[in-house]
Amino acid sequence: MAKGDPGVTGRGRRAAPRSRKGATGDPQLVQLLTADGERIESATGPDGTEYRVDFTDEEYRGLYRDLVLVRKLDAEATALQRQGELGLWASLLGQEAAQVGSGRALRTQDMAFPTYREHGVLYCRGIDPIMPLGLFRGVDQGGWDPNEFKFNMYTIVIGAQTLHATGYAMGVHMDGRTGTEDGEAVIAYFGDGATSQGDVNEAFVWASVFNTPLVFFCQNNQYAISEPLERQTRVPLYQRAGGFGFPGVRVDGNDVLASYAVTRHALDNARLGQGPSLIEAYTYRMGAHTTSDDPTRYRIASEVEAWQAKDPIARMKAFLTKQKIADDAFFAEVDEQARTESVHLRERVLAMPDPEPVTMFDNVYPTGSPELDVQRAQFTKYMESFEGSAH
Amino acid sequence: MATETLTLGKALNTGLRRALENDPKVVIMGEDVGKLGGVFRITDGLQKDFGDQRVIDTPLAESGIIGTAVGLAIRGYRPVCEIQFDGFVYPAYDQIVSQVAKMHYRSQGKVRIPMVIRIPYGGGIGAVEHHSESPEAYFAHTAGLKVVTCANPQDAYVMIQQAIASDDPIVFLEPKRRYWEKGPVDTEAPLAEAYPLHSARVARAGTDATVLAYGPMVRTALDAATAAAEDGRELEVVDLRTLSPLDLTAAYESVKRTGRCVVVHEAPGNLGLGSEIAARITEECFYSLESPVLRVTGFDTPYPASRVEEEYLPDLDRVLDAVDRTFGW
Ligand SMILES: Cc1ncc(C[n+]2csc(CCOP(=O)(O)OP(=O)(O)O)c2C)c(N)n1
Ligand SMILES: [Mg+2]
Repeated sequence: MAKGDPGVTGRGRRAAPRSRKGATGDPQLVQLLTADGERIESATGPDGTEYRVDFTDEEYRGLYRDLVLVRKLDAEATALQRQGELGLWASLLGQEAAQVGSGRALRTQDMAFPTYREHGVLYCRGIDPIMPLGLFRGVDQGGWDPNEFKFNMYTIVIGAQTLHATGYAMGVHMDGRTGTEDGEAVIAYFGDGATSQGDVNEAFVWASVFNTPLVFFCQNNQYAISEPLERQTRVPLYQRAGGFGFPGVRVDGNDVLASYAVTRHALDNARLGQGPSLIEAYTYRMGAHTTSDDPTRYRIASEVEAWQAKDPIARMKAFLTKQKIADDAFFAEVDEQARTESVHLRERVLAMPDPEPVTMFDNVYPTGSPELDVQRAQFTKYMESFEGSAH
Repeated sequence: MATETLTLGKALNTGLRRALENDPKVVIMGEDVGKLGGVFRITDGLQKDFGDQRVIDTPLAESGIIGTAVGLAIRGYRPVCEIQFDGFVYPAYDQIVSQVAKMHYRSQGKVRIPMVIRIPYGGGIGAVEHHSESPEAYFAHTAGLKVVTCANPQDAYVMIQQAIASDDPIVFLEPKRRYWEKGPVDTEAPLAEAYPLHSARVARAGTDATVLAYGPMVRTALDAATAAAEDGRELEVVDLRTLSPLDLTAAYESVKRTGRCVVVHEAPGNLGLGSEIAARITEECFYSLESPVLRVTGFDTPYPASRVEEEYLPDLDRVLDAVDRTFGW
């Protein structure tokens, strides 16, 4: 499953609501795999949608592989920042399942609009993990073609991308690319903090009134830098959707199976022309906000430990082991692959050249600017004046 | 006189503390200003000591921060808003230029918005995009707003208190790359006797050319002056401090003596503060000028990736190069 599209096998299916609830006993939370690695056959969302997945063993192993790989690559990036090779890193630690589950739920034709933390989604789109590192190293500002990868550039300004996703989805709709099984859908990622931004609320309005094929995927990792969720909301975030006129669901964001199921369902509804929805992936940011942050100033160790027990990878491993879907040799092989890929990533980061300073004048305008051409020429001449000097 | 050695960041923190102590109507609001003390720790310890009604962690929405601060101001409070980084002020831009700036005018003087909007600004810290910008011209261009910026710990300590005490809405720009620079701060001199907020000041006297700078570029200009002195050229450096209203009294006086003037800022040159300053200097000192007023600025590009920001930002060499050119005219 690591590279393939799992197709309809894992698609969440709509069925009559059943009384059986997730093992957490939390009626709000869609869960298919408990923290102990117990499989729940199906879970019911707040609107009665029944979620289930039906993966082959190979697909289960593929999801596990994804989880381990994105965590390892993320850890490598953190290490590279510590060694001064990246200027900054926003770690996804703890959020692997939300990202892999939703990322794998995307179909090839679907479009994603990430924040700055969706390295796991990027990986699941089959994109080389080196791609966003230029931004964090400071050699470029993203620099990839969103249409080529069906993955927009990272957006640092909180919430802005939700409007872009909405507009893109309006375009999909206007192009007549919804209403069929092979229609297109769009996913917009954002955080719990972002839900306070005007842009995000405007995106909700637009998406709703234009019935856009859009999934709002909020990773509620409980913090916006130092501010806990309570500073942004007094209702569960998924319930905000109702006021805007579309469905909302809260999923266990540390459960890759449930994250997959709810996202697949929401995307397929969207592509069929049934409009937007909001997914709140309930998870936890296990690391610092970014490498510049010191979370010990605002949260206590016991809270982090409690979430450690809900680790997305450990539960998947427990499940695979108990069900005899994978053995030690498999786990060792995955670890080895993760190690190799992270070493490879490191080598390529170290080899990333600094840009030529004069390139800062490139691409300011698609049609150029004579004024800027003059500035560039002056700059070049000025830089040449140092050549051969002690500078 | 009680002089302490403080970083610029700590001087701001101490000034904010004073303001909170002196006036119960002063409230601080922004993202992460509470327990975290702000991402630069400028509000460190203030929520602990003054409580979460006076040092308010807001929801993550800049328009909300400034918009609600307007309401608090109408209600009689003196909000001090922190915008986390320069590049994140724009969601609040509408509130600032259409509401904050115009309330006094529209109400025919009946409404005052004694608000301070603190913004760490400028580059040179190796940051990712949106964290290194210099938006001062956007605000200085807006009638009804005042814009000031500090360049050393002493000014940071005094100016933040003066800005809070002022009934004008003031955009208070903090040179983030200088937060860690240390200097002497007199924490006991009475505020009423302090050097006025909206006045420029000569930072280094000189006779051969005048360099006008503000915020993060004052240090750069002073370093250039030190280097020039080794080559036998004495530069006068004026720290502008107030960008709206501009105070060019010291600059005029200086340029009339030196006949040469270079303006330095990080923001792009096109329609930057330097343009206005050059025009005014030309009008006021035309017959004293030996050369045109030259500008050393960021280029007219978006702020580039950090690995080339050193080349984008004005530095000592570029300042000296411009000074040389005023002599070669
Ligand atoms: C408009 C804007 N304001 C402030 C910031 C600074 N900032 C960066 S990340 C962040 C918190 C975001 O929290 P959340 O939306 O929960 O996403 P998370 O980082 O937790 O994934 C803030 C305030 C920003 N990037 N953009
Ligand atoms: Mg968050």
